[in-house]
Amino acid sequence: MTSDAAVRALTRRGLGISLAAFVGLAAVYVLAIGYTPVEARQGVAQKIFYLHVPAAWSALMAFALVGITSALYLWLHDPRLDRFAAASAEVGVAFSAVMLTTGPIWAKPIWGTWWTWDARLTLTLFLFFLFIGYLALRASLHDPAERARFSAVVGILGMLLVPFIHLSVYLFRTLHPQPVVLKPSAPSLPPEMLRTLLVSMAVFTLLYVGLVTLRYGLGMAEDAREEATDAG
Amino acid sequence: MPDALRLVLVIAAKDIRAELRSRTALLSAVVFAALVLVVFNFARDPTALSATDLAPSVLWVTFALAAMVAMNRAFTIEREHGALDGLLLAPVPRGALFGGKLLANLAFVGTVEAVTLPLFVLFFNVDLSAALPGIVGVTALATIGFVSVGTIFSAMAVRTRFAELMLPVLLLPFMVPPLIGAVQVTSRLLAGRPLSEMLGWLRLLALYDVVFVTLCTMAFSAVVDE
Repeated sequence: MTSDAAVRALTRRGLGISLAAFVGLAAVYVLAIGYTPVEARQGVAQKIFYLHVPAAWSALMAFALVGITSALYLWLHDPRLDRFAAASAEVGVAFSAVMLTTGPIWAKPIWGTWWTWDARLTLTLFLFFLFIGYLALRASLHDPAERARFSAVVGILGMLLVPFIHLSVYLFRTLHPQPVVLKPSAPSLPPEMLRTLLVSMAVFTLLYVGLVTLRYGLGMAEDAREEATDAG
Repeated sequence: MPDALRLVLVIAAKDIRAELRSRTALLSAVVFAALVLVVFNFARDPTALSATDLAPSVLWVTFALAAMVAMNRAFTIEREHGALDGLLLAPVPRGALFGGKLLANLAFVGTVEAVTLPLFVLFFNVDLSAALPGIVGVTALATIGFVSVGTIFSAMAVRTRFAELMLPVLLLPFMVPPLIGAVQVTSRLLAGRPLSEMLGWLRLLALYDVVFVTLCTMAFSAVVDE
């Protein structure tokens, strides 16, 4: 069957890209440990930056694309858009899990606390919850068309919620200043650090593309199976 | 009266009439809110934390939980005997249908809040006399926003297997901005602060209402129309 072949080709491509990205990730580790200088004030704890920031970048990109494809789905009703949104949300949740675990590991030695209700932290935490809810909703619906419509609505509403959460948490914080200095004002990076960061961002973007492609292929296979069971 | 507005009122009246005839959901929601207040009282150490310090949070967490329980009802009643299909077959624009549902939900949640507020004064011994108009205003402002998101989500949640669980999981992140704003304004009102200190929050709440009521009205047809 042609769709079978298409699924296989797509998952193989996704797997290939992901594997290449994992090789790149190993290179990022080598660069982060061997090439970049140890940061003067934060010491080795700063090295987590090369994973945390790119993971956050991929997660935010994933969620933004879910919002955009959701809006497009309600307009065009193309099942491919829905399948892409689902794949992107799942991969985005994985990246935000990386972001939300590496963050506290870094924050404990540097800020002296695992967690703080800083605007950016709160926002990403809620994005994470939002997309867990998005995936839970998808998982509990059977009809593919209904699932696509519902999740598109949640995707769009979620995208519009983001500025509100940011604004309210920001307003909350600025009115109640805390004694802890949260973030050193954006330090200019030495070229080694910047290069490593950029390499890592590229690697994480590649990983995103690879995993989404893989997940998209699996989504196609799932849809084909559902159709086959429905047909009898 | 424009047609759409009349339809909104007809649908809302239908829901309210159905609710008034059984009263079970309304009563349960009110009892639930009272229980949350009681639990809150025992969840605090009275020697460490005065009731007034905790009051805004208690009030709003209670409102939020009660609203969530109340909103589950909106579409579960439509699900029985295929009532929603009947409603959808009627020549009613989806925006008006959503408006009617929203209005009925607001009446429902508003009633629960109206009963909770005196209980809150009673249990927590808070003096509301001066702040009452402000608190009613900010409650309305915050409630409109999250009830409108809750209305569209409850229409989705009834189609899932775990409707009672799905609604809170989807809705709670959306309740965060109105809740933060409402708690901030309430605590300033109770402290007798001037209006200028609340203006930023009130603007945020109003903006939230405008954005989400509009968006949910527009998106509603994607939820109910196959």
